[in-house]
Amino acid sequence: MSYRLGLDIGSTTIKCVVLDESDNIIFRKYTRHLSLISEKTRELLCEIRDTFCGEQSMCISVSGSAGMGIANTLGIDFIQEVYAAKLAVSRYIPDTDAVIELGGEDAKILFLTGGTEVRMNGSCAGGTGAFIDQMAALLDISAEELNEAAKSYEKIYNIASRCGVFAKSDVQPLINQGATKNDISKSILNAVVNQTVAGLAQGRKIKGNVVYLGGPLTFLSELRESFDYILGLEGVCPDNSLYFVALGAALGGSENSKELDSVIEGIDGMDNGGSYNSISALFENEQELTEFRSRHSKESVITDASLTESGGAYLGIDAGSTTIKAVVINENENIVYSSYMPNSGNPVPIVREFLLEVYDRYPNIRFLGSCSTGYGEDIIKNAFGCDLGVVETIAHYTSARKYEPSVDFIIDIGGQDIKCFKIADGAIDDIFLNEACSSGCGSFLSTFAGALGYGIEEFSALALESKKPVDLGSRCTVFMNSSVKQAQKDGASVADISAGLAISVVKNALYKVIRVTDAASVGKNIVVQGGTFLNDAVLRAFEKEIGHNVTRPSVAGIMGAYGAALFAKQNKKAQCTLLGKDALLNFTHTVKAVTCNGCTNRCKLTVNTFSDGKKYIAGNQCDRPIKGETAAESYNMYEYKRELLGRYTDKEGTRGITLGIPMGLNFYETLPFWHTLLDKLGFGIKLSPVSTKKLYQKGQQSIPSDTVCYPAKLIHGHIAALCEEGVDAVFYPCMTYNFDEGLGDNHFNCPVVAYYSQVIANNMEQIKNALLINDYVGVDMKKHFPKKLHALLGKYFDGITLREVKEAAKAAYAEYEAHIERIRSKGEEFLRIAEDKGLPVILLCGRPYHIDKEINHGIDKLICDMGAVVISEDGLGRGYKEIPTTVLNQWTYHSRLYCAADFVSRSDDPDINLVQLVSFGCGVDAVTTDEVRKILWKNQKIYTQLKIDEITNLGAVKIRLRSLFAAIEQKKRGAGLDR
Amino acid sequence: MIDNSERVEFTAEMRKDYTILAPNMLDIHFCMVENLFHSAGYNVKMLRNYDQSVINEGLKYVHNDTCYPALLTIGQMISALKSGEYDINKTALMMTQTGGGCRASNYIHLLRKALKNAGLGHVPVISLSIGNMEKNSGFSLTFTMMVKALAALAYGDLLTVLKNQTKPYEINEGETDKLVAYWVKLLSEKFEKGRACTPFSIKRFMKRIVASFLKIETEERDCVKVGVVGEIYVKYSPLANNQLESFLFSQGCEINVPGIMGFFMHVLGNGVDDVDLYGGSKLKRLKSKAALWLIGKYEGYINKPLADAGRYSVPATYKHLRELVAPVMGHGCKMGEGWLLTAEMMELCESGYENIVCAQPFGCLPNHIVGKGMIRTLREYYPDANIVAVDYDPGATKVNQENRIKLMLSVARENMAKKDNNTEQKSKATDKILQTV
Repeated sequence: MSYRLGLDIGSTTIKCVVLDESDNIIFRKYTRHLSLISEKTRELLCEIRDTFCGEQSMCISVSGSAGMGIANTLGIDFIQEVYAAKLAVSRYIPDTDAVIELGGEDAKILFLTGGTEVRMNGSCAGGTGAFIDQMAALLDISAEELNEAAKSYEKIYNIASRCGVFAKSDVQPLINQGATKNDISKSILNAVVNQTVAGLAQGRKIKGNVVYLGGPLTFLSELRESFDYILGLEGVCPDNSLYFVALGAALGGSENSKELDSVIEGIDGMDNGGSYNSISALFENEQELTEFRSRHSKESVITDASLTESGGAYLGIDAGSTTIKAVVINENENIVYSSYMPNSGNPVPIVREFLLEVYDRYPNIRFLGSCSTGYGEDIIKNAFGCDLGVVETIAHYTSARKYEPSVDFIIDIGGQDIKCFKIADGAIDDIFLNEACSSGCGSFLSTFAGALGYGIEEFSALALESKKPVDLGSRCTVFMNSSVKQAQKDGASVADISAGLAISVVKNALYKVIRVTDAASVGKNIVVQGGTFLNDAVLRAFEKEIGHNVTRPSVAGIMGAYGAALFAKQNKKAQCTLLGKDALLNFTHTVKAVTCNGCTNRCKLTVNTFSDGKKYIAGNQCDRPIKGETAAESYNMYEYKRELLGRYTDKEGTRGITLGIPMGLNFYETLPFWHTLLDKLGFGIKLSPVSTKKLYQKGQQSIPSDTVCYPAKLIHGHIAALCEEGVDAVFYPCMTYNFDEGLGDNHFNCPVVAYYSQVIANNMEQIKNALLINDYVGVDMKKHFPKKLHALLGKYFDGITLREVKEAAKAAYAEYEAHIERIRSKGEEFLRIAEDKGLPVILLCGRPYHIDKEINHGIDKLICDMGAVVISEDGLGRGYKEIPTTVLNQWTYHSRLYCAADFVSRSDDPDINLVQLVSFGCGVDAVTTDEVRKILWKNQKIYTQLKIDEITNLGAVKIRLRSLFAAIEQKKRGAGLDR
Repeated sequence: MIDNSERVEFTAEMRKDYTILAPNMLDIHFCMVENLFHSAGYNVKMLRNYDQSVINEGLKYVHNDTCYPALLTIGQMISALKSGEYDINKTALMMTQTGGGCRASNYIHLLRKALKNAGLGHVPVISLSIGNMEKNSGFSLTFTMMVKALAALAYGDLLTVLKNQTKPYEINEGETDKLVAYWVKLLSEKFEKGRACTPFSIKRFMKRIVASFLKIETEERDCVKVGVVGEIYVKYSPLANNQLESFLFSQGCEINVPGIMGFFMHVLGNGVDDVDLYGGSKLKRLKSKAALWLIGKYEGYINKPLADAGRYSVPATYKHLRELVAPVMGHGCKMGEGWLLTAEMMELCESGYENIVCAQPFGCLPNHIVGKGMIRTLREYYPDANIVAVDYDPGATKVNQENRIKLMLSVARENMAKKDNNTEQKSKATDKILQTV
């Protein structure tokens, strides 16, 4: 019998082992392959051939996520990697109960005892090595340094664990707010653990002897520590923990040995024929490239002007997610000095350095105004005493107008965000921001460039030469990794990949963020900006995709800062409060983390203290920690609806049976109905507690589908809480149909609202000890309802008469109608108040359950704090009647949505606008959002959509809302001028 | 109410010389249906353009978060219209319309929207639905056509069962496929002459078909038995599921893809269940019940010759599926594939296909419930259940999907080794369920 050779070709590394006849490891090697898979494999095999001169033939088998192609081509056995790990663990650590293996881009859990089961991440790469690398890069440290930093943490922040993209949007504000690297590092590792537990274990408890495998768990001791802590056990990371998959491959392969030389030859002969899908080149010929370059070189402005004699200047700072841009302009609006600096995790010292440099270079400078914008707007404004802060969108528009006065469309692609807006009549008309997806952004390109071993500039220059760009479509970064890998395997060059990525960035921006249906229709006078557009390949791809030429200012990368400077000039105050040189020299900045006790939210705050004793607080969800109890009256229907529901409290009951009601999904509307009904029938009633993150975590383990919406996921927590309270039964019926309000063609619930109770019944251990009443009821069939319900209750309880049920039902319907009426009266009242007081109105449209604070993250309050009256989608219900739609109008909740949109659309009052709340993963809203937008656009109303998930970052939401209000103001001003 | 002001009707005039394009879903079934439309005077063409432009057009004209089947079928039609192969002033489109609480009922409206945005708003779209939900003067689904279509689908289901259970074991490669093609052609010709669709001749033909497959030379092979369930379009269409069927065949699997008749019965049965659960029109219930009874006959036509042959795994009846799923889920769960999907998984486990691919579009709402949501429970009933849920969308790569399926297959092969011991256990599980019914 010959030696066995196992190869594990993963997403970023190759691992290789050779076993002798008695399964001893006689060779092992771990190397990064930088996507040069065949070359590196060949190298490894040659090394083995040379090491074991006597053994020219071995039993070779391949495993690993990137190994399937090579195995097929070479005719070698392929062992699926999870299965390989299972084989190796069974052989070397036989008493193992569970294995957790994290790799570059994948995460797996194997349950070996009590029903063998394997779980691997499918569509999500959150919680993997690549994710940790990405987060470390964001902090400007290596993964090892991140591990070191995590050792001395003080507190852990909540970081969305589901997807790297979301996590990024949680980490960035933490950085900007000044949270320490130690705390962030530990929080990141914790997020990885949560992701693994929630996303993979999905309810199955990880217990017993647990083995940790794979790169991240081998190299990062703190990650193991986090796993140990959260799982409440002590896992083992064995010797050779990197090699288990390779070992499994070696063990699991067939007995047919192969000549190493012939395999190496096979690799040499691998087809690099370029059989990947390609699209047309960015430039057909040299001439096109020359024309392109000369055209764009015209759009430059003076960037090295000198100060006017008086030394008067304006400062603009754009503290973005990954970079900080700063611009100084003179009184003629020419740029005197500018800088483009990496954020490196803490913007404050960087801006300080910049300002000191400015003071040194221009000793006679006299700042007349200063303004900050971007993610770090507030902290910069507070730290350095800027006069103004301006929302990013307005800053960008201000500068774009300078270049192209008739601009009607601006697209800004930055490191992690895309901002696009339409301009109509001199006001921002519609805003598109990427909330859920960062795949169309710049950091994505540089991440790839880095992974392939190139600098971003070199990488993008290559793209211009590509003859056959890879067709990568428009999709999530996570998937892009494997597409790129596949293309590479099929012979695509780095140039082709670079060009393909540039094109996909553009496609993502156009089709995922802006959601254009016809690329040619975005606008006529387009200004493109943001650092990403300095990449000629992206610029060219954009022009090709929309079919005409665009303006790219030569200072595309600093347009936000330039706009802020211009804004400072336009809105000049009597006195500029920017810190002078002396103050800067004595500048200090300390950061402290505290938990706010102002309310039940328990926000984790970071308190920044500056040298002059000024404080800046971040991380708060409301103004309370800053302003104290606010006395100002607010008109918030979400609050009112919560209050209304609060009136239905727990009941003792006369029947001696207490039913638990989970306060989630449709109960947010049907509670008055069911509460009255059950109460009248003499049942005791126990409502589940208010939703919190903690409550969510209580049920998190039992969620079977991690892509279902957050409101549905929360139900698991509510049920868990009810079971803990010890109710006799949980009352959670299935409802295919909702109440029929006559506003649509049908009156369905969405499938999740309708049937989620079925998921609860089949996935929650807790419920098996309690009774779950999850029969099907039809509240729309008022006539038949009592009889059906009587039969249904009879299945579970004795002694309920049909007469009782009939009476109870009558009362329940009456109470439900009264409840709806209360909401409608309040809505009309608020509308009148708004009119009287001249306040802006936002119809905040979602579903009944969007009033849950844990679901809406306080967005209702945020809008109120901005001075608007918030009315819910059902608040104006009295005036609603069915409207014609271009999609099938068949869900009760959505019919209201269309009516609300119609109401806003028909209103002449520019102060009445609509904001739609959309839960991430809501498939139904893929249909409704386009329709709502269409209804609003009919009458030139602005459409604003806010996607919400378990993430708590309100940064993007604030930008949107501020932009919306700024746009409304601009519109009003514009209209005023016309008159 | 749907804003129909801009709907383009398919007129009697158009019927003469228009080509009608429709998305293909099931090769065998739809091929016969296609021929059937021809004989009724409609120049219907089932689209088989599967290139990248289908996805690109879909992404361009359909909201990217909409389910994958909508994106694909709409993309496929627009891509075909733009290909230059058809005179766009002489082409109409056809789309099925089911109704129901799932967003799938919106496909036809999304298609019209997409056409408008693509500058193809003048192309008429025919809604294909049992109740002729939208009227077109140039198109109607007549009773004769429906009877023929029903027969075609029943034949399709039978041929699929035979093909799936013969092909992996055939000695002369390609023989099974050839025989399937032979029958599709022959049956289409018979339909044209109005034959092969009465109960009597269906029974006769089905017997002959089964007999012909028994003649194919086969040998015993250690094939992994894999069941395929899922959202109807992704489950069946090779375009949507990245040629799942051929992939499984290439991995040496015998597959079992429950037929389309079950889906129809499920939809009809909902009409009965709705009235039973919530009250309502007795007449409506009676109508559904009658239709259910009628289609149930076809079920019998398919199953009898298969059972008589003695060597085939016979598809479960609607009645059996209903009983099977009852302890796990209520029959009121009807959106999308509803309880049927769960029932099919249970039935597959029961009949030896406990290795299952559950295929759905990414973010499919009903499948959160009836697919992924039930896997844990099924494992309790059937400890050997080896189910992999695979999501399909434009972003998912074939490599990733196949890798996940390969993992399932590795476990399946390991389980095969200890299969004998488990036979006993399984029947126990079934007893447990039947007792609770």
